[in-house]
Amino acid sequence: MRVFAPFAVLVLLLLGLPHVGGWFHAWQPELTHPLYTRTSFLSLTLAHLGLVVAATSVAVAIGLGLGIVATRPAGRSLLPTVRAVAVIGQTVPPVAVLAIAVPLLGFGAAPTLLALVLYGVLPVLGQTVAGLDQVPADALHAADGMGYGRWRRLLDVELPLAAGPVMAGVRLSAIVGVGTATIGSAVGATTLGSPIVEGLVGNNPAYVVQGALLVGALALTVDAVLAALERRVRRQT
Amino acid sequence: MIEFEHVRKRFGDHVVIDDLSLRVEDGEFFVLVGPSGSGKSTLLRTVNRLVHVDAGCVRVDGEDVATRNVETLRRGIGYAIQSVGLFPHRTVAENIATVPRLLRWPEADIRARVDELIALLRLDGMAERYPHTLSGGQQQRVGVARALAARPRIVLMDEPFGALDPLTRESLQGSLKAIQRDMGTTILFVTHDMDEAFGLGDRVGLMLDGGLVQVGKPLELLHAPADERVRDFVGGTRARLRELAVRTVGENMRRGEQAEGEPVDAGTTLQEALGAMLTQGRDRLPVHEHGQAVGAIVLVDLVARGA
Repeated sequence: MRVFAPFAVLVLLLLGLPHVGGWFHAWQPELTHPLYTRTSFLSLTLAHLGLVVAATSVAVAIGLGLGIVATRPAGRSLLPTVRAVAVIGQTVPPVAVLAIAVPLLGFGAAPTLLALVLYGVLPVLGQTVAGLDQVPADALHAADGMGYGRWRRLLDVELPLAAGPVMAGVRLSAIVGVGTATIGSAVGATTLGSPIVEGLVGNNPAYVVQGALLVGALALTVDAVLAALERRVRRQT
Repeated sequence: MIEFEHVRKRFGDHVVIDDLSLRVEDGEFFVLVGPSGSGKSTLLRTVNRLVHVDAGCVRVDGEDVATRNVETLRRGIGYAIQSVGLFPHRTVAENIATVPRLLRWPEADIRARVDELIALLRLDGMAERYPHTLSGGQQQRVGVARALAARPRIVLMDEPFGALDPLTRESLQGSLKAIQRDMGTTILFVTHDMDEAFGLGDRVGLMLDGGLVQVGKPLELLHAPADERVRDFVGGTRARLRELAVRTVGENMRRGEQAEGEPVDAGTTLQEALGAMLTQGRDRLPVHEHGQAVGAIVLVDLVARGA
């Protein structure tokens, strides 16, 4: 149910919005185009989701990897540096990242991906470190005493026990991504931000509302799916 | 067989083990007893190399542990600790199967061994449960089962029953002793509890300040303490009470004599016999062996015995 409701709202919007141009016309009678039609809402949503999935995957790989390295005995000294770098990544506004990335990567999806990855790493990294740190010390002591090797212990004991917090980080990272990807349209990426940006530039509030409704529904859906996954993972620990 | 030869260990400036030598025989239940900070846990951990010795050497079955592959060494030695350290994300059966899995036993053998240990440690019906749903005593049973799973010839136990209530502790001590006798396992056991040490140990080693002060059978420590420190530690007047827990009815009864009252078994300890006398208000009780009356146990003999 908790997953179904936001997903149902998203589907309803995707199916219903193209047919309610009349409502937007009634709301803003002076608009000649009350409904965004340049690209279908479905393909905008899929493109948006694709960007987020790609960026979050990369962010998870980086965040998890750094988190693991930073919690090994040999990597402990790196932890403050790793954290500082990730926090800096988080504090730079997305628009600034895009402004810096466009001259390097050109317009389109590439600079958006970079911004999303930078934004997505910190939550995963933070939660990975927190999750690995809260693995019970006696379980690790017992694992060592029974003859687990380092890798085996990481895979069989530490990561499964840290899975709950790590999933919470993945979820946060994806949600931030859904919101941030909207800005990518400012540099030419095709996302649900396209109607919003176009609406703002062309003084068309109907476009803005349509894009915003869809982004909101998509964020709730992604959150609900990942929350369900997180609950399932936590139940096993 | 475990041999310690002139083992030394220090943490910073603090000498934890000071030139200690000891030999634990095959099939022996050896208990290291001593106050906290005496170095007994550290000594135990030098066997599976959770602690590295600074000098001297530790040999298991004649081989210096420092030369062995550390994972192979540890998989061959059972290890149980006071905090148990069960894996919270694994069921009881999976926890018990840990070392056999690491050793890549065939799945059918693992299942059979797990079933066997579940029966042996009276964990019936708990195989699919998760550790957090078990009581402290049940968790510790799983911990012991896990330590025994791969049929190690040597098992190290660090205060495994320290956090349990007295009744649960006694029942687990009984199970462990019986299992150890049946399987001929060599057990090196650490505790700070004198009663536990005398109840379990074939031999007991008293450790103080990183050294062994006296090693011997429980009665030897009680009757002939090496010095004042040992006498203090084994408990002055309470030593006589401890002795009752070590001696059995069978070796102290008057064979062939008769008595009135509820019988005691020849295999029980004098402590239990004394308890039975107090309960029944009698100064002599009949003794049974295999269900047959064989003699009587008499209060004056208990009082007269000993040092």
